[in-house]
Amino acid sequence: MLDTSLIIQYGPSLLRGFGVTILCWAAGCAIGMTLGFVLMLLRQVPLRPLRWLIRAYVEVIRGTPFLIQLFLLYNGGPSIGLRLEATTAGILGLGLYGSAYFAEIFRAGYQAVPKGQVEAALSLGMSYGAILRRVIVPAMLVSTIPAIVNMMAILTKETVVLSIITVPELMYEMQTMAAETFATFETILGMALFYWLLVEVTSRLGRRLEARVTRFLTHSSTPTPSTRTSTARA
Amino acid sequence: MKFSVIIDALPYLLQAAVTTVWVSLLGMLLGQVIGVLVCVARQSGSRAADMAGGVYVSFFRGVPLLIQLLLIYYMLPLVGIDVPPLVASVAALGLASGAYVSEIYRGSLNAVPHGQAEAALALGFPGTTIWSRILLPQAFRISVPALINELILLLKASSLISVVGVAELTRTSQTISASNYRPLEIYLAAGVIYLAINGVLALFGTAVERRLQRG
Repeated sequence: MLDTSLIIQYGPSLLRGFGVTILCWAAGCAIGMTLGFVLMLLRQVPLRPLRWLIRAYVEVIRGTPFLIQLFLLYNGGPSIGLRLEATTAGILGLGLYGSAYFAEIFRAGYQAVPKGQVEAALSLGMSYGAILRRVIVPAMLVSTIPAIVNMMAILTKETVVLSIITVPELMYEMQTMAAETFATFETILGMALFYWLLVEVTSRLGRRLEARVTRFLTHSSTPTPSTRTSTARA
Repeated sequence: MKFSVIIDALPYLLQAAVTTVWVSLLGMLLGQVIGVLVCVARQSGSRAADMAGGVYVSFFRGVPLLIQLLLIYYMLPLVGIDVPPLVASVAALGLASGAYVSEIYRGSLNAVPHGQAEAALALGFPGTTIWSRILLPQAFRISVPALINELILLLKASSLISVVGVAELTRTSQTISASNYRPLEIYLAAGVIYLAINGVLALFGTAVERRLQRG
């Protein structure tokens, strides 16, 4: 049933596709988290229109399918002079999509930092930058790690959607292979098992990381932010 | 930007949006049935049933929906069931949703205080009555927000079934923008329609929640 010549023939392209998948995922996560953090910070600025704008951005991204966002970016972009290569569009799309969810996760984490800690830091004469770096962000990271890990696992699954706009990632290479070998079902089954393993392993690693980071919290003294924001789906 | 393009395409897009809503609702319905079954299997006390349910949930939550969809789309003809893409799509959405719904139910059942079932037992309620009058009504009330959320997620996920050629909102947008070369306008319109449907669902969810809280 398993034809070794197929592995030799398609192994390299599948491996390359997996590399692209990892690249898109890592870059998408990085962009998403950075932008999400910036959005969260901007939302703290007491300026109504700015807040509304960010809120609208978050709601629009979370209220529309990822695929539509990708089509807008990749197919609709050229109409306004935004010509992107498929992989660039894919990474950017993944990053923008993630940023809305990360912004909500970070916001919940920011709100969960006890006010007294910030006030204490202020009374000690720390600058806002220092408070952010030394008080807010560390506390925030600990309380939001489960949600961050969850979102990263979701983005792993979303990379598959990039194949639809012809990003040459694993799913795309797999479909090429399936079309050329006519072993469609076997290939897809293999792919399903592979992604299942990948997501299981990453979420397990995430849980270990979570346990390590939060190990000083013998009882959950930090209120965990709502995870409802992070239940998106690939 | 040319807005007349959107106006011309609007009737087709709205019609396709109806398909999107139907497919999502049917998927949700199937998901409810599967969700209940999986939840019961995991609560039944049988280790084998619990494990089978656990594997089911892990698989359908771990594998990307697009792959699940293609798997079902190509598998059904292989075992001799030749179904139209629409049926395969509903099946895929329902199977995936079932995994999430079963977890919602499990969480809601666990959220009903243990003492209530014990108190009912002490008062001599038969087992079925405990379930039908005490546990399930409360679990349902607790699960409503999560179920509405799940429906919204499913509606967004249904855009993926455009890949197997079901003429729902995303697929129709693709077809239209391929013929008039106005992808920006068409996809914007599609996005707004998705947003509107989800907004209505969210409002409906809050209304139901408020109604249930009144008891």
